[in-house]
Amino acid sequence: MAQAVDYSIFVATEADGRSQMSLAVDGIDCAACISDIEHGVMALPGVVRARLNYSTHRLTVEWDGAGEPAALVGRLETLGYRAHPFAGRAEEAEAKRAQWLLRCLGVAGFAMMNVMLLSVSVWAGNVTDITPETRDLFHWLSALIALPAAAYAGQPFFQSALRALRTRSLNMDVPISLGVILALGMSLVETILHREHAFFDSAVMLLFFLLAGRYLDHEARRRTRAVAGNLAALRGEMAQRLDASGSPVWVPVQALQTGDRILVAAGERIGADGVVEVGSSAVDEALITGETLPRAVVAGDTLYAGSLNGAGALTLRVTAGGEGTLIDDVQRLLDGALSQRAGYVRLADRVARLYAPVVHLTAFISAIGWLLLGASAHDAVMIAVAVLIITCPCALALAVPAVQVVATGRLFRAGLLVNAGDMLERMAGVDTVVFDKTGTLTLPEPELRLTADADPDLVALAARLALSSRHPLAAALARHAVGPALDGVEEMPGAGVRGTLEGQEVRLGSLAFCDAVLPPDMAPTATPIALRWGTRTLVIGLDQALRPDAVQVVADLKARGLDVRILSGDREGPVAAVARTLGIAHYGAGLRPADKIAALERLKAEGHMVLMVGDGLNDAPALAAARVSLSPASGVAVTQAQADAVFLGQRLAPVRAAIDGARTAARLMRQNLGLAVAYNFIAVPLAVSGHVTPLVAALAMSGSSILVTLNALRAGRPARGERTAAEAKAPSPALSTAEAHS
Amino acid sequence: MTILLYLVPAALGLGFAGLLAFLWSLKSGQYEDLDGAAVRILSDEDLKK
Repeated sequence: MAQAVDYSIFVATEADGRSQMSLAVDGIDCAACISDIEHGVMALPGVVRARLNYSTHRLTVEWDGAGEPAALVGRLETLGYRAHPFAGRAEEAEAKRAQWLLRCLGVAGFAMMNVMLLSVSVWAGNVTDITPETRDLFHWLSALIALPAAAYAGQPFFQSALRALRTRSLNMDVPISLGVILALGMSLVETILHREHAFFDSAVMLLFFLLAGRYLDHEARRRTRAVAGNLAALRGEMAQRLDASGSPVWVPVQALQTGDRILVAAGERIGADGVVEVGSSAVDEALITGETLPRAVVAGDTLYAGSLNGAGALTLRVTAGGEGTLIDDVQRLLDGALSQRAGYVRLADRVARLYAPVVHLTAFISAIGWLLLGASAHDAVMIAVAVLIITCPCALALAVPAVQVVATGRLFRAGLLVNAGDMLERMAGVDTVVFDKTGTLTLPEPELRLTADADPDLVALAARLALSSRHPLAAALARHAVGPALDGVEEMPGAGVRGTLEGQEVRLGSLAFCDAVLPPDMAPTATPIALRWGTRTLVIGLDQALRPDAVQVVADLKARGLDVRILSGDREGPVAAVARTLGIAHYGAGLRPADKIAALERLKAEGHMVLMVGDGLNDAPALAAARVSLSPASGVAVTQAQADAVFLGQRLAPVRAAIDGARTAARLMRQNLGLAVAYNFIAVPLAVSGHVTPLVAALAMSGSSILVTLNALRAGRPARGERTAAEAKAPSPALSTAEAHS
Repeated sequence: MTILLYLVPAALGLGFAGLLAFLWSLKSGQYEDLDGAAVRILSDEDLKK
């Protein structure tokens, strides 16, 4: 379609007059693609820099003066890559934080190595012949390195601890910060007093281990978010905005404002909520309500973003969602559902609430105890600080995040992008799985249903004719086309397409348009499309097909003792048919969003922990109300934002992988916490009885940290029957809606 | 023990040089595309010219 495209909202102009834009690129799979793309884009006039990030599949382009962003996208398309610009402002902040954590990690690592060098000399010297002067020198050098390094590298923990204290709560960072500060303070005092023991090495080692855990956790989440961002960008949601003179210009939907007038061609996805000004059509609102039958609309009716326009062209006036609209309802239900969930407390935080007071109390009691036993005030304080250092939750703070990082990585390879950090913990306790039907149990695109006596030549002809139609049903048929579209085919809005082949007229469209009758053995749930070529006719049914592994996955879920149910907005008939095929006894049909929430509340009241899997806008509040939620990558944006994780591809297997992975992860988290507690049972009596030297502290801390990290690595072992990475990365066909206007 | 006068500064200096090198590599964006670096090394583009 040779029409102007306005990408200007994605372009950032630098101070020196250069413009910059980032694009998500699809189809990169080999080393040669890098030079292909970079050289191809550099050849454009004005382009001064093009750099492809192979890890995130993103291209950054800089150009001088008045470059044309649309030409860039066109150039990439001729090279064979689908690309769409995106605005990554939210991700920039995350990238900055990752860099900051890495800088802190570098500083802590440097300090740890050098302080350890000095500490080992002191430990060796203490049992041989080190002079007190040399030991003091080494302690002072350690202080010189450790104090500034801890002041810099400890910031992530200090800041978070301060935030927690301000809200009068305790998190893991409070005992960490306290332990580090006390260890450093005490060591400094000991150094000034020319004593034998200093804990500088323990303090910086603690920071190093914890920062490594923080950084890995942050990176794992950033990676899944980058992939999710690419998916969203590559959908390329664009709309034809009518400018002042009334001529249409393609703009990204993010650029649309209330009051803009947009043109929606037949078969196009609607980019924004709006009121119909001109035209009439039937819209498929399966993504919004789950209803598979199209709804007829005329001027004055309200339409929602994400619905698919049928055969007629429409002009919409964009609204930001007025009072009492569906979107409004959804938003209100969402707010309510979200506040319900806030009651859940992360495992690590629950442990921290219990752990911090116990530790601080133990340290305090041991100081008092030693004073009562007649120890000097100095010795008593020394022992109290040693207790704080040895119990500093190095292993405990790594126990949960380390498992999370490894398990999230494994789910990522299984085609699951995890949004929420505590998703694994919540998922592990699930005993009921509720599926939406349309687009979740079934594929987002309809499949062909042929009668037994269908002529393959006529089916092939129908597919080639469908290439010329913009009707959404025709698009599903056109995917089966071999060979080019026929010449001279014209589209009759609301009826079908017609052309001429070998001297005879061919028609594809409704039953009436082709003068055909519905065959008796056609599936009742299918929507019929007819073909007439001269005197020969053919009727093809298009039906919502189940995801290829739906039966297997539902059976597997039941075998794991889960109660599987369906809650759908669709009519009773199709829902009952799907439930029968899958062997699901409990289902609800014709449900509005509020009904779905009510059904989930009933399950909750019965004591069930519910996993909700859904893709439509009508599912968004239910997703937020459930204990944990999943959404397919083909779902609408609002729904994906609510889901704890998004799964890719045509198959339902990631749902099973998510439950298995979460259960493994939860088991390992509990094991790790157990290990950390066992460590404390050994270490705390040692510290309380005054036997902890810096050498013991260093060994105990690194030993326990390494132990829980190694245990966490077990979460990465793939379960039986898990999908390979190649399969998981195959994009779902529903992502290619952008092709509708290219 | 006068040897410490040379060895300790030398050890700290080396460590510090390592830290500076790390911070420089971080600042110049060398950790932003770890997969890309592994693949780009296979390209022969620079030899043709």
